[in-house]
Amino acid sequence: MKRQEMLVAAIENGTVIDHIPADKTFQVVNLLELHNLKTPVTIGMNFLSKKIGQKGIVKVADKFFTDEEISHLSVVAPNIVLNIIRDFDVVEKKEVRTPDELRGIVKCNNPKCITNNEPMETLFHVVDKEHGTLKCHYCEKEQDINKVELV
Amino acid sequence: MESHSLVTIADLSREKINYMLEMAQEFEKHPNREILKGKVVATLFFEPSTRTRLSFETAANRLGARVIGFTDPKVTSSSKGETLKDTTMMVSNYADVIVMRHYLEGAARYASEVAPVPIVNAGDGANQHPSQTMLDLYSIYKTQGTLENLNIYLVGDLKYGRTVHSLIMAMRHFSPTFHFIAPKELAMPDEYKVYCKKNHIKYIEHTDFNEKEIIDADIIYMTRVQKERFSDLMEYERVKNVYILRNNMLENVRENMKILHPLPRVNEIAYDVDNNPHAYYFEQARNGLYARQAIICDVLGITLDEIKRDNTLIK
Repeated sequence: MKRQEMLVAAIENGTVIDHIPADKTFQVVNLLELHNLKTPVTIGMNFLSKKIGQKGIVKVADKFFTDEEISHLSVVAPNIVLNIIRDFDVVEKKEVRTPDELRGIVKCNNPKCITNNEPMETLFHVVDKEHGTLKCHYCEKEQDINKVELV
Repeated sequence: MESHSLVTIADLSREKINYMLEMAQEFEKHPNREILKGKVVATLFFEPSTRTRLSFETAANRLGARVIGFTDPKVTSSSKGETLKDTTMMVSNYADVIVMRHYLEGAARYASEVAPVPIVNAGDGANQHPSQTMLDLYSIYKTQGTLENLNIYLVGDLKYGRTVHSLIMAMRHFSPTFHFIAPKELAMPDEYKVYCKKNHIKYIEHTDFNEKEIIDADIIYMTRVQKERFSDLMEYERVKNVYILRNNMLENVRENMKILHPLPRVNEIAYDVDNNPHAYYFEQARNGLYARQAIICDVLGITLDEIKRDNTLIK
């Protein structure tokens, strides 16, 4: 157990994003725009997880995400947990909450939707949080949150 | 940008629908006026739809407005790659209201968000066509004297027919009982059945269409079963003659029953029905004029009260 923990360096202050489904790891990285950060970021993939088999883990030093930023993650990984680290200790665990609307995050699956044919921001209303049902604000088509692509 | 656009019928409350119907009634009494004198109405048809355009342009003309627009996007800058936003902004400089028909879904919603003038959705792809629904409601109200507690039979293509979907949404305020009569391939999508359940709208599904099935109908709303909708052409051949309304099916229907159809009709209503007093589809189209007069005035902020006190009538 100790050896596994050694695989990823501990951070003093920042955020540890845990329990990412392994194949969604880089989508999480993109959604949080971690490539724009100047602080140390550790990205790990395919770690063993008792809960989900294989998982991804991302450690971001000196960065604390807003609730809005975190809510974006509901599109790719609604069950992940963010550990807020201060002075090497977990001071808070944040879960991803599905927001009421998603603006500019995902694409509409309807090729005849105006959002896929005009340079504009997409907007979805989350009509059923439990089942992850989104409704496009423009073409009004309902779609499954697991079947939409990121912008 | 706050404006009075009409994008979807689902946005309208029960009170607003009744208000609009009352307004249409005023226009039916006096369709020729100059209440819109000095106004310019733009009709932007990014896809052709002759009868909708004629209906809107007649509505505007009979109220004294002037009409500009295009009927074919090939002649406009959108064929040069201009965005919908740019076209909308440009036309907003010229017109007081924009009536828009577009092949893309959500186009009217988006235009209403960027335009400083109100937008009337005259159909956006397979999505919404609220002026059609408004004229359907007006036709039902006019022939039945009420919108409350009616038995409405929707027949034909219930899968792709946006008019029937919008009608269900608009009728949710008036406790109707719907009967969905369609071949399996064109059955009412689950999405709308869920909508019915959520909104406590009663519905019964049938696949048979005959004299007995329609005996309790107040309204029979026919739609066209289109060949191109079928993946299995054998199935089309089997059902194509099942969903045809014929004169001999109408002997025992309710006296107040009226037959509606959004038109164009192909063969789903036999021609011998046309002279039957239950046939109402041509009058229904005329009601579109009054419904659209009401819509144009409403989005321009003209109230029912002003229309009742209007002294610009042309007699």
